[in-house]
Amino acid sequence: MTSTARVPDHLDDDGLQTVTLTVNGSERTVAVPTHRTLLDGLRDEVGLPGTKSCCAEGECGACTVLLDGKSVNSCLVLCVEAEGHQVTTVEGLSDDGLTDLQEEFLNAGAVQCGFCIPGQVVSAEYLLRTNPEPDEVQIREALSGNLCRCAGYQRIVRAVQATAARRSER
Amino acid sequence: MTTAPERAIEQRDALGEPSDPYPQGQVGRPVLRYGGGDRTSGAQRFVADLRFPGSLQVALVTVPVGCADVLGIDTTAARAVPGVVDVVTAADLPSPMPRFGVSHTDRPVLADGRVNYHGEPVAAVVAKTLDAAQAAARAVRVDHRELPGVYTLDDALAPGAHRVQEPSLRPGHALADTNVLEEAHYAWGDLEAEEARTEVVVEETYTFPMVTHFPIEPGGTVAVPTDSGGLDVYSPVQHPYLLQRTLASVLGLPLNQVRVFAPDPGGGFGGKQNPKLEPLLAFLALRTRRTCRLVLSLEETFQSMRRAGCRIAARTGFTADGALTFHHVDADFLIGAYADVAPRVMGKGSYVAAGPYRIPGVRIDARAVMTNTTPSTAFRGFGSPQVSWALESQLDAGARRLGLDGLEIRRRNLVAKGEAFVRGESAAAADGEWHQSLEKAAELIGWGTPLPPGRGRGIAVGIKPGATSGLSQSLVRLLADGSAIVYAGTSDMGQGARTLWQQIVADELGAPLDQVSVVSGDTGTVPFDLQTSASRSTVFMGSAVLEACRDVRQRVLALYAESTGVPPEELEERPGVLVTPEGELPLPEAARTALGSLRGEFIGQGTRRLRGKGKHPLGGDAAFYEFNATAIEVEVDRETGELLLTRHVTVSDVGTELNPLQVVSQDEGAAIMGLGHSQMEQLLLDEHGRIRNLGALDYRIPTFKDVPVELVSAAVENHDGPGPYGSKGISEGALLCTAGALGAAVADAAGVVIRDLPLTPERVWAAIQAAEAAQ
Ligand code: FES
Ligand code: FES
Repeated sequence: MTSTARVPDHLDDDGLQTVTLTVNGSERTVAVPTHRTLLDGLRDEVGLPGTKSCCAEGECGACTVLLDGKSVNSCLVLCVEAEGHQVTTVEGLSDDGLTDLQEEFLNAGAVQCGFCIPGQVVSAEYLLRTNPEPDEVQIREALSGNLCRCAGYQRIVRAVQATAARRSER
Repeated sequence: MTTAPERAIEQRDALGEPSDPYPQGQVGRPVLRYGGGDRTSGAQRFVADLRFPGSLQVALVTVPVGCADVLGIDTTAARAVPGVVDVVTAADLPSPMPRFGVSHTDRPVLADGRVNYHGEPVAAVVAKTLDAAQAAARAVRVDHRELPGVYTLDDALAPGAHRVQEPSLRPGHALADTNVLEEAHYAWGDLEAEEARTEVVVEETYTFPMVTHFPIEPGGTVAVPTDSGGLDVYSPVQHPYLLQRTLASVLGLPLNQVRVFAPDPGGGFGGKQNPKLEPLLAFLALRTRRTCRLVLSLEETFQSMRRAGCRIAARTGFTADGALTFHHVDADFLIGAYADVAPRVMGKGSYVAAGPYRIPGVRIDARAVMTNTTPSTAFRGFGSPQVSWALESQLDAGARRLGLDGLEIRRRNLVAKGEAFVRGESAAAADGEWHQSLEKAAELIGWGTPLPPGRGRGIAVGIKPGATSGLSQSLVRLLADGSAIVYAGTSDMGQGARTLWQQIVADELGAPLDQVSVVSGDTGTVPFDLQTSASRSTVFMGSAVLEACRDVRQRVLALYAESTGVPPEELEERPGVLVTPEGELPLPEAARTALGSLRGEFIGQGTRRLRGKGKHPLGGDAAFYEFNATAIEVEVDRETGELLLTRHVTVSDVGTELNPLQVVSQDEGAAIMGLGHSQMEQLLLDEHGRIRNLGALDYRIPTFKDVPVELVSAAVENHDGPGPYGSKGISEGALLCTAGALGAAVADAAGVVIRDLPLTPERVWAAIQAAEAAQ
């Protein structure tokens, strides 16, 4: 992302920068200080608190979103860097109801406290879009940046496998 | 294609007989998590997700050392930061400084002239924006003088050591002038006589690191002043009613003026049980008359909760055929700067320091030693993992000396059901068929089958006393259309408590599962629950909900009799039905008939109370014991010291699985958490008492890649628990003895015995190098 970052050419009177980005398909314009992360922008300015904050340093994956279809830790992206880009949050994965992946998370017993789950779901969705039939090692590798202290890891792997199987049957 | 829960059940079936108290019912089925949809869709609102328009943001001011005198605080520059509303120091709070705490009333709302651990707030800034609050917090000048704080057990116990606690906080206490906060002593039998008939004595010292809970939700608090001079407080706290009582007491308010909303914790594990910063937020809100909000960073969370580290010196005797003769333990728990619940962790943990074994001579001396570190608190396992690490390692050391294996020595010493494993005044006997778990774990790991070179196996067992007193109250409303609402104050922090209440009510009142809803997390509407801890909720709140359902049925029966004229003695209530002279009526139908055209509802109340015993050192007998057997197969890379867990089996004695899917989730989760403190986790301090690995970058917890290649969770069900349908608590078992099983497996695989946790690659590698050099 850094390579595409735009240095703000002007700030408004409060030192805020206007950013226009597409979130879950709708164009949104927010005014944020330049140091505001995409994570905080999504939660506080766009009003989508489904994306969670934990470590704020790119180590836990709780804040995972898709940026132009690619999974990123939104705590490591500045809001201003997202100018003109497409962001998909957990809220935007489906228009209504749960996705097959979210259903399988539930079916597998992968959801305990739930705090890491939005990030897990987004990371797993990204994996399945880029590798529709991952084996167990690939699943573990792809999700290794998403911590779950309730440690539903094995359940999450099962959920991803079940979703892949469901999608391949379609 | 089968669904995942079906597969989970098949897995369970293949491992043993599942139980089903109501074959047609919801109890015993892998019912999906209540509220699970919101947890996967992102709709679940945790405390940081709640919006309070116009609220003020709070930032904390700390000093960069673990122990210091505060000489002065200059807030001038901070107050000048635009947007700052208030800067509060100890001088702005009532004098004497209000203190609170569950075992000792020792923790100040703000540091009062003395900083006792790194991260203890000395001031708080309240501002219109978080940016302003943080900028102002940096602008507060704290003039402080570092003191020679004590950060290790040896520091704290040295003669002339800096005293962590003001002696005046423990007036008249024999230990007030030392860093030992409390001691516990348990003893039975004649150790000298036992030693005389002993063949092999093993004497070693073990250490268990300080580790932190690292909930993925760091947490926070929002305090909202009410028009009537009271407070609404939002906190993801495990014990909302304790928080309510604590706030009422430090603020001098009646309980009804303090309403605690407890959004589901995003992981608690014990760390979110006791009040910490909430009293400060309460004072800020009352001072400013504005809503004050503090969301913690992960680093601040590290600085507010951890498990007690421990050093255990053990001498253990065995006869030639492997029977334990005596066990003598000195356990020093490294607790923090304030007591929190640490003395109880020490007392309850050391109570089971001789484990689930038949040992005729035992002496246990334990101390809770204060240091200038983050106050240690409850953490899944509550002192048991520490003592279990030493005891299980001692058993394996004895076995190796005697030419027995880890399974055999446990077979020979594990108590049978009903047999005492704690003797003397506060005796305790096995409340389960614990041998079955041991044998099942051995079978599932393939104990005794050949292994390739470089691999080894270990097996261990662990116990933990459940709650020793408790009180849970519940209300169940059966509405006119047959749907029901349960009020139960248990915090649903991931264990899935609400799912169980839903299942129980569905079966007991004959309501469809999706027409049972649960209300929790609000002291203003939900009846009292002492706490969500010690894996108690299934047993305590579960029983209260069950009783409330019975109460509802009895009320339905009485009103049905009144409305229809059928004599009450010709009616009978049973789970889900009312039996009438004409036959069985589904309960919702009977309720409808009874209520008639005015409708209305039935309200049932249930209470489960366990009174403690005044003289018992734990305050009472444990309601149940969690028992677990864990077996691990590991491959050791001799070049790097890295461990590859090829198979990890956990078997818990659960009484009855009310929801097998949730049992598996909790059991696997505990097992992996156990691998954390066994393999990688430890808080490291520098010479100023600061946490060196403060944050996710440097403090490692298990990830997807650390999960054993095969992880198998199984259960033993004998329906012998005190909870509904014979259930017991199950949420901690699988981490009690993880370390012992892993240590034994590494010893088996690599021929090295390590007595300090965690078993990091560096430690394993160094041990292998040392062993090779010695050859
Ligand atoms: S909050 Fe972004 S990775 Fe942890
Ligand atoms: S479900 Fe609790 S952290 Fe993952």
